[in-house]
Amino acid sequence: MERAIVLMGCAIGAGLALIAGIGPGIGEGYAAGKALEAISRQPELTGTIRSNLFIGVALAETTGIYGFVTGLLLIFVAPGMFLGML
Amino acid sequence: MSVNIHGSPILYTIPILGGINITSTLVITWCVMIVLTLLCRWLTKDLRVKDISKRQAVAEYLVRMAENFVLQNMGESWGRYVPFIAAIFSLSICSSLTSLLGLHPPTGDVSTELAWAVVVFVLITYHNIKSSGLGGYLKGFTEPIFLMTPFNVLGELFKPVSMSFRHFGNIVSGVVISALVYTGLMSVNHMLFGLLPGKVGELLGSIPFLAVGVPAVLSLYFDWFSSFMQAFIFCVLTMVFISSAAGEE
Repeated sequence: MERAIVLMGCAIGAGLALIAGIGPGIGEGYAAGKALEAISRQPELTGTIRSNLFIGVALAETTGIYGFVTGLLLIFVAPGMFLGML
Repeated sequence: MSVNIHGSPILYTIPILGGINITSTLVITWCVMIVLTLLCRWLTKDLRVKDISKRQAVAEYLVRMAENFVLQNMGESWGRYVPFIAAIFSLSICSSLTSLLGLHPPTGDVSTELAWAVVVFVLITYHNIKSSGLGGYLKGFTEPIFLMTPFNVLGELFKPVSMSFRHFGNIVSGVVISALVYTGLMSVNHMLFGLLPGKVGELLGSIPFLAVGVPAVLSLYFDWFSSFMQAFIFCVLTMVFISSAAGEE
């Protein structure tokens, strides 16, 4: 019984952790849209804008990556750890 | 059909101090470093001033690219950081691209990136102390008000953690998604052709037709694009942190 509860908690937690993907998705889409606007206004600056866009997008991605790493930990590490405690 | 997702496999355990594990990360990283060293030795063999060889042209192009990259991001007076950044960049890319050979990439192991990030953290702290003195550096944590000290300390400590986790997460998500898609395609393939009656269905079901093209497209994004992007981001962040620690633009 305890096993089932622990595994259920870990699985639900991993699913919830991936909700963190929403934020970076919205943010990166917004950044890409703004970058397209900037490029259409000043096509000669495409290279600079693109490299700055990539840096910004990669920074915005961090929170999503944290969610993903948390999900990985919950699936691969946490069940063994908690079941070992029982 | 089971999904096989694992960390870096342990190849050998040295039986001292309670067992030191030699993982494939260590072995592949050393292989990559040896290959890169040999490549550099080969590229810089018999350099000349006039009528240069193609090899030397490639070497000069790479060095100029690295110099431009560093000097644009850090400023003109930072030439001494070109080798460091170029080393991290090339090591990161080559480590990530070993996944094309079907190996577990060393960058898919958080200890690799954490080691790089700790080196960067030491450099950041060194430049902070050098530019504002030990007292000034410690005093910087209490600004704007004294209550913020724990948050400032945490923020400083989380710089290397976030840098390494960003790189690690991107690479390992590629590994996980590729494994999932591959297994999914295999089982769909098995199911579809298994519908055919008799021996023919069994035979066709065991050949993964569907798993031929799609993983290559994924590999284009997760292996090529993501490897280059993350190496680039890691280096840009390193440069930005170091040059802002030194208080210059």
